[in-house]
Amino acid sequence: MLPSLSAAGTPNLTEYITHHITFLTNTQPVGLIDFSVVNFDSVFFSVALAVVFAGVFFVAARRATTGVPGRFQCTIEWLVELVNGQVRDTFQGTSRLIAPLALTIFCWVFLFNFMDLLPVDLLPDVAHSVGLAHLKDVPSTDLNIVFGLSLTVFALIIYYSIRIKGLGGFIAEFTLHPFSSRNLLVQALFVPVNLLLESVMFFARPISLALRLYGNLYAGEMVFVLIALLTLTSGYHALTSVGGWALIVLQFVLGLSWTIFDLIIGLLQAFIFMMLTVVYLSQAYEHH
Amino acid sequence: MNINLTLIIQMIVFALLVWFTMSRLWPPLMRAVEERQRKIAQGLAAADRGEQELQQARQGAEAILREARERAGQIIEQAQHRGNDIVEQARVSASQEGQRLVASAQQQIGLEASRARESLRREVGAIAVAAASKLLEREIDARTHQELINKLAAQI
Repeated sequence: MLPSLSAAGTPNLTEYITHHITFLTNTQPVGLIDFSVVNFDSVFFSVALAVVFAGVFFVAARRATTGVPGRFQCTIEWLVELVNGQVRDTFQGTSRLIAPLALTIFCWVFLFNFMDLLPVDLLPDVAHSVGLAHLKDVPSTDLNIVFGLSLTVFALIIYYSIRIKGLGGFIAEFTLHPFSSRNLLVQALFVPVNLLLESVMFFARPISLALRLYGNLYAGEMVFVLIALLTLTSGYHALTSVGGWALIVLQFVLGLSWTIFDLIIGLLQAFIFMMLTVVYLSQAYEHH
Repeated sequence: MNINLTLIIQMIVFALLVWFTMSRLWPPLMRAVEERQRKIAQGLAAADRGEQELQQARQGAEAILREARERAGQIIEQAQHRGNDIVEQARVSASQEGQRLVASAQQQIGLEASRARESLRREVGAIAVAAASKLLEREIDARTHQELINKLAAQI
C-alpha cells in the first residue's frame, strides 16, 4: 500500500514496516495465545495454495497415461518420483501415508515460500484497493501456519511411535535411553535424566521444524521490505538526480539477487521440512 | 504475532490435504509411473530378445552361406573335372580318328602305289616286248616269253 504521509510529508517508514507484518484479523489479538482470533490472510492463502497444489496434481492424476507422457505429466511425475525416492531411501517401513504426506508438505510449503517472490506491495495494494487494511501473502511467515504443519507432523510421530512400539515401548524410549544399566537401582537413577534429555529432544522437533521455516521466510520477507524502503521516501524527484537513479538501480539489483536467493531458500526449506518429517516418522517406526 | 485459531484451521486443512493427496492423487500417479516402468522393462527385455534372435538368425544365415559357398566350390570343382574329362576324351578320340585317317590314307597310298607299279610293270613288259620284237624283227610270242618278261618286270 502507499504509506501514509507523516506531518513532514514523507512516508512513515515504521508504519510501512508495521503494515507489512500485520495480519488481516477479525479482532485485535490479546496476548500471545488468543483462540478467538483468525488470520484471514494466512488461512486464505493457505487454502488457496492447497487448492492450487491439489488442482494441478488432480489434473495430472486424471490425465495420467501409461504411454508416452507429456511435458506436464513428466514434470509432475518427476516430482512424485523425487519425493518417492527420498522417502524410500530414508523410510524403511511400509506406509501408505508417508510418501503422500511428504509430497504434500514439499509442494505446499514451496508454494507458501514462492509467495515471498511476488512483489512485496502487489497483493497488499490490491487488498487495500478493495478495502482490506492489511494483507500478509506469505503463509510460511505466520507462526500459526508453520506450527499447524509441524504439530500435525508431531501428532503423527506420537501416533506411529505408540502404534509401532506400544505405549510401553514409547515410554521406554523416553526413560531407558541414552543411559541404561543392568543394575535396577542405577537404572532408576538414570530414568529422570533420560526423561529430561529425551523430552527436550522430542519436543524440540516440532519447534525447530516450525521455527526453521518461519525464520528463513520471515527474514526473506523482511529483506524484501527493506529493499522496498530504499526508494520509498524519495518520490518523483529521484528521477531527476544521480543519487536517486543510483538508489533505483541499487534497489533493482538487490531485489533481483535477493529474489533468486530467496527462491533457493524457499525450495531448500520446503525440502528440509519434507525430509525432516520423513526422518522423524522413520524414527517413530524404528524399534530400539 | 500470536498463536490463534489459524493454527487449528491450518491443522485441519493440512489433514484434509494430506488425506486428499493420499487417496486421490498419489495412487493414480504412482500407478501410471509403475505401469510405465513395467512397460519399459518389458520393452527392454523384448529388445534384448530381439537382439538375441537377430544374432542367432545372423549365425544361421552365415552357416547357410558357408554351406552354399562350399557347395558352389564343390560344383565348380566337379565341373572342372568334368570339363577336363571331356577335353581329354575329345583329344583321345581326335587323335585316334587322326591315326585312323592317316592309316587309311597310307593304306590307300600303298594300294595306289602297288597298282601303279603293277600297271607300270605291265607297260614296261609290253614296251620291252615291243622293243625286243623290233630288235629281233619278229614277233615274239608273248605267251612263250611271258615268264621272261615277268622276270624282267620284277627287276624293274
